[in-house]
Amino acid sequence: MENNDFLTDWGISLMVFLPLAGALIMMLLPKAEEAAHKVVAVGASLASAAVGIALLADFDYDNAEKLQFVVDRSWIDVISSRYLVGIDGLSVPLIALTLLITPLVIIYSWNHFPAPHNPKAFLILILVLHTGMLGTFVAQDLILFFVFFEVVLLPMYFMIGVWGGEQRQYAAIKFFLYTLFGSALMIVSFLAVFFVTGGDSFSMVELARGVAERNAAGDLAMSTQVLIFGGMFMGFGIKVPMFPFHTWLPDAHTQAPTQGSVILAAVLLKLGTYGFIRVALPILPEAAVEWAPYIGLLAVIGIIYGALGCLAQTDMKRLIAFSSVAHMGFVMLGIATLTDFGLNAAVFGMVAHGLITGMLFFVAGSIKERFHTLEIKRLGGLLLQAPKLGWILGFTTMASLGLPGLAGFWGEFPAILSAYNPGADLSEELFRVYMVVAAIGTVLAAGYLLWLFQRTAFGTPNDEFADEHIHDVHGSEWLAWLPMLLLVLVLGVYPDLIFQVTDPAMDALGHTFATLGD
Amino acid sequence: MLDIAWVIPLIPAASFFLILLFGKRMPFKGAEIGIFALGLCFAMAVVTNVQWFQRVDDAEHAAHATSGAEATDEHAASDAATTEHATESHADAEGDEATESPSSAAEEHDEGGAAAEGGAAVEESHAGDDAHESDGGEDDHAEAGGAGGGHTEFEVEPVRESITWWSSGGIDFSVGMLLDGPAVMMLFVVTLISLLVHIYSTDYVGGDRRYTHYFAFLSLFSASMLGLIMSENTLQLLTCWELVGLCSFALIGHWWEEKPNSDAALKAFITNRVGDVGLICGVIVLFFGAGQTFDIVTINEMAVSGEISHLVLLVGACSLLAAVMSKSGQFILHTWLPDAMAGPTPVSALIHAATMVVAGIFMVGRLYPVFFQGLSIGVSGVNLLAVIGGVTVIGGAGLAFVQTDIKKVLAYSTVSQLGYMAMALGVGAWTAAFFHLFTHAMFKAGLFLGSGSVAHSVHSFDMKEHMGGMKRFMPKTYWTFVISTGALIGLFPLACFWSKDEILAGAEQLGTGYTAFLVVGLIGAFMTAAYMTRCVYLTFHGEPRGHAADAAHPPHESGPRIVVPLYILSGMAVLAGFTNLPNTGALDFVPDSWALRFEHFYEPKGEYFPSVLDTFSHPEFNIGIAIGSTIIGLLGIGLAAAWYFRGLGPHGLTERNKVARAGHRVLVEKYYLDRLYTDIIVGAVKGPIAKAAYWFNQKGIDGVINGAGTAAVRGGQFVYDKIDQGVVDTIVNGSGAAAEGSGQGLRQMQTGRVQQYAALLFAGAAILAGIFIIVI
Repeated sequence: MENNDFLTDWGISLMVFLPLAGALIMMLLPKAEEAAHKVVAVGASLASAAVGIALLADFDYDNAEKLQFVVDRSWIDVISSRYLVGIDGLSVPLIALTLLITPLVIIYSWNHFPAPHNPKAFLILILVLHTGMLGTFVAQDLILFFVFFEVVLLPMYFMIGVWGGEQRQYAAIKFFLYTLFGSALMIVSFLAVFFVTGGDSFSMVELARGVAERNAAGDLAMSTQVLIFGGMFMGFGIKVPMFPFHTWLPDAHTQAPTQGSVILAAVLLKLGTYGFIRVALPILPEAAVEWAPYIGLLAVIGIIYGALGCLAQTDMKRLIAFSSVAHMGFVMLGIATLTDFGLNAAVFGMVAHGLITGMLFFVAGSIKERFHTLEIKRLGGLLLQAPKLGWILGFTTMASLGLPGLAGFWGEFPAILSAYNPGADLSEELFRVYMVVAAIGTVLAAGYLLWLFQRTAFGTPNDEFADEHIHDVHGSEWLAWLPMLLLVLVLGVYPDLIFQVTDPAMDALGHTFATLGD
Repeated sequence: MLDIAWVIPLIPAASFFLILLFGKRMPFKGAEIGIFALGLCFAMAVVTNVQWFQRVDDAEHAAHATSGAEATDEHAASDAATTEHATESHADAEGDEATESPSSAAEEHDEGGAAAEGGAAVEESHAGDDAHESDGGEDDHAEAGGAGGGHTEFEVEPVRESITWWSSGGIDFSVGMLLDGPAVMMLFVVTLISLLVHIYSTDYVGGDRRYTHYFAFLSLFSASMLGLIMSENTLQLLTCWELVGLCSFALIGHWWEEKPNSDAALKAFITNRVGDVGLICGVIVLFFGAGQTFDIVTINEMAVSGEISHLVLLVGACSLLAAVMSKSGQFILHTWLPDAMAGPTPVSALIHAATMVVAGIFMVGRLYPVFFQGLSIGVSGVNLLAVIGGVTVIGGAGLAFVQTDIKKVLAYSTVSQLGYMAMALGVGAWTAAFFHLFTHAMFKAGLFLGSGSVAHSVHSFDMKEHMGGMKRFMPKTYWTFVISTGALIGLFPLACFWSKDEILAGAEQLGTGYTAFLVVGLIGAFMTAAYMTRCVYLTFHGEPRGHAADAAHPPHESGPRIVVPLYILSGMAVLAGFTNLPNTGALDFVPDSWALRFEHFYEPKGEYFPSVLDTFSHPEFNIGIAIGSTIIGLLGIGLAAAWYFRGLGPHGLTERNKVARAGHRVLVEKYYLDRLYTDIIVGAVKGPIAKAAYWFNQKGIDGVINGAGTAAVRGGQFVYDKIDQGVVDTIVNGSGAAAEGSGQGLRQMQTGRVQQYAALLFAGAAILAGIFIIVI
């Protein structure tokens, strides 16, 4: 099947830059016209989504392993970097997730702008973020990828630093520097790969081919590759975040406004895991095999450690933040197995975590708005005061703890399964230990999530809120949440919606590792 | 009907969503949707049963018709196989629609058979609500099972339908239906009891503030449970397994305003999750052991034929046992089950007595070749499954003695009876275990609903405080309760007499030296008789106490929606045992067409069941054991009656004797297992361990990060003070204005820590880049 011509030439660029265009229009509008800003923001994100839907509709799913809608134009000739974009089965689910989340976040914002208000600046930041996130998922040139990867940093920094909670300054700087530190090492690695392959191109495909050729010729030292992979590992691993580079996350989440938390959890964290699958593994497969046992180790430590961190929390939002560390551990475990099975699970886990944890942060934000606190011991009886909100929280908790039939399960179980039989001659004994540890992690997940649910939703309201009228779910909340809740259910019942898209692409990557020794 | 039996779980699933969406607006608040859905399911389950009997008999006839041995078997097998193959490949090719229009040949075959005799049997069973198993089959198969007393060798192909569910790594995974004996039997049990519980609940929880939610979750539970028993692969089994757990959680915590209830719900869910670790690992081990498939029939066939190595089967079986322990309340993961009694009583009857808690037993039976081969059940004298079952029989019964809450007595009794089932499977008596599962579901649901009837009247479950003498107020409840109690104790000729006896005979005759478990079973029988007598005495006899003695509000008999289900279940308690009458030993006068119907119809027959192995056999009726266990049961009743009714024996022993007091204390403390779990393990993880991890997070990792930040600022200060101002400045002293400008700039930067950090980080990165370049 041939892709549509117009879409092939312009589709991806339109999708990526329409939000930015919206942001530019908003800059010209006066600050006081809030309604206009909201309309433009929603319009831009929806326009981007419309183009995205057209792309996804025109996407050739039978050849999902191939890059489609590829645009290759000269960009920065002096360093051989080109404007090279395209999407394949790996990008599709993540683009769909991003296209869904951003409009929903803007809709949720409608009447929920955090102090110090200023919708203009807030929405512009969201749109810039949107462009950055989409760009990262379509870029096929390392420099372009890096630029988009870094573009998301600044809006998020301001979002936390300006609209955040009491310790926003500390959290924002910590977030910024942590990620920047990783990025600095990452760009060094990118440059290193560029130079060891002859310095001709930053195209990911070309780089992978170049490394493979030098490997075949036997003139690329393994230690060099391992070191280069290490740089990428730092860049992506901090973003994921992997234990022990996760400590920026709880602070950033706790301090960020609801919208920031949602985007952070739903999409930003996926940039890291996506980077592993898109960049690090294909370009440096042999180094990946060397690193895999350690990545797996950090992943399972993250699963247990994140869960223990959750159990120690007294603040609902901070608890959810720590749960991200545990959940992303499953994603990283799937990646570390270097099998098509594990990689599929990882991509599914990313989308599922995006929807579920995004939803949890939404609910946490709405609870904070109603009770002006997220301290778990002051809450209680949510099901009595706002039954619908309570049930939504219950549904999302169940999804988060990996209940089969809801989306979370399909990220966890196949990842655990794939660890039984890792690829590329990795130690089976080691990964089977990881498998059992990860499975034990599911018990702890049930523990902290149900414990959270019990103390916030069950029981009777605390005396201080007993007489207060608590509004149940608002219209704009329904509008923002329903698509996510439905997707959690639909993907849980019929996971093939994602698996059949990612499988061809991951199959190809898995094949790379399966034939590595030959 | 057999080909479309997969519709049955979808009906309550639809009902769940309908109740959630429209329930509150319906005249009966959604209850009518649930009752209608379950009524439909029950009717379909009955038809499915009848057609299944037909299928079994057809297969047998085919095997007998040309009694030339192998040629026949092959013919029968291939006959069924081609039919199946047609529907299956059809389904694979066309997905969803294919299952709705199975190949016409198969449909005609089945429908035709049903039309001939199914109708009559269905009507009959509706009228009499008794054991249609035997009735349905007996009509025109008088000669069936002629040779070998029901141990005839023929194969019955299970009915299978499936569609693609998901795909990964180039493999398509299916979701579908595996309909064979055990599944068909469970269909009947689940739909019958669920229907009765629905009807009962309209009265019992009538007026509850979450009435609609309650029925929604009953529907969801029924759907999940029906899905579980018909699962064609282990992943689907796992999915439904977790979903029934969710429903159990939601219904135990139905009255979540009170903390003990939500605590019990959490405990149930989390304890089951502990077992699920085993389930997940077991499923994965078997998945890879069987060559990357979840398909139950394939796994079973490979286990039977020895294609999966013994080690893999052993590991798989042991992992799955953890799940059995948690779900089916086996020691030492049984502790959630008594607490689960915090839920409404009908829920206890349905979920925590008759259906969900037997899921573990069902799973063992479903994957029996894995356990049979993995644990070497046929050839060993002792194995983990039998030991766990045996410990549970005695351990559970012991705890039932010291309970004052009538539901907890029944809960521990359930634990103990589940132990019998596990023990039966452990000694190789598959049919005995499932037969016991069947009979137990009937009379235990009856007992729970009976206790609910009493509690509905006195508003308490405390036998010592608020009951006593209830016999005179609630004669209908009393008699049904007594009949069910008799069935539980195993009095001739009630249900459990037959099923327990078969388990005991299995322990005596099967394997090589399972006789220890015969003793365990007999001790269990004695204890059962005694604690149930105590329970009946405290509840229904003696003088009324507390609420029961409240003259202003005297207890009253419950209404028809409560009593009629009790009648039906006590009727089943009488009749269920006759479904598997033995015809060997002293009972060889029983006609073949009456004998061992349960085994005949419900035991899987084919290469995916260990019955094809030499080491697998069936126990025979032993009149000695039958009489012995009856005497022991009567002894238990007699001693307990003497103690309670007559006041004989050393009363007050626990106050006088240290040993007795200590023993009593251990029982009251439930062997201190709850202390161990809640206080020590959970307490440690939630408290010190989690706190330590978090301390490490804040002080350890973040300490390093913050320390690095502080050090960077100090370093910057040092560079600025000493090098920039000290060294560089002296060098460029001449250009004073320029120096001042740069100093100004740096000073400004210093006020914002961001820039400082960033500059240093980039400097660090540059150094690393240098290292890279040198190395490369």
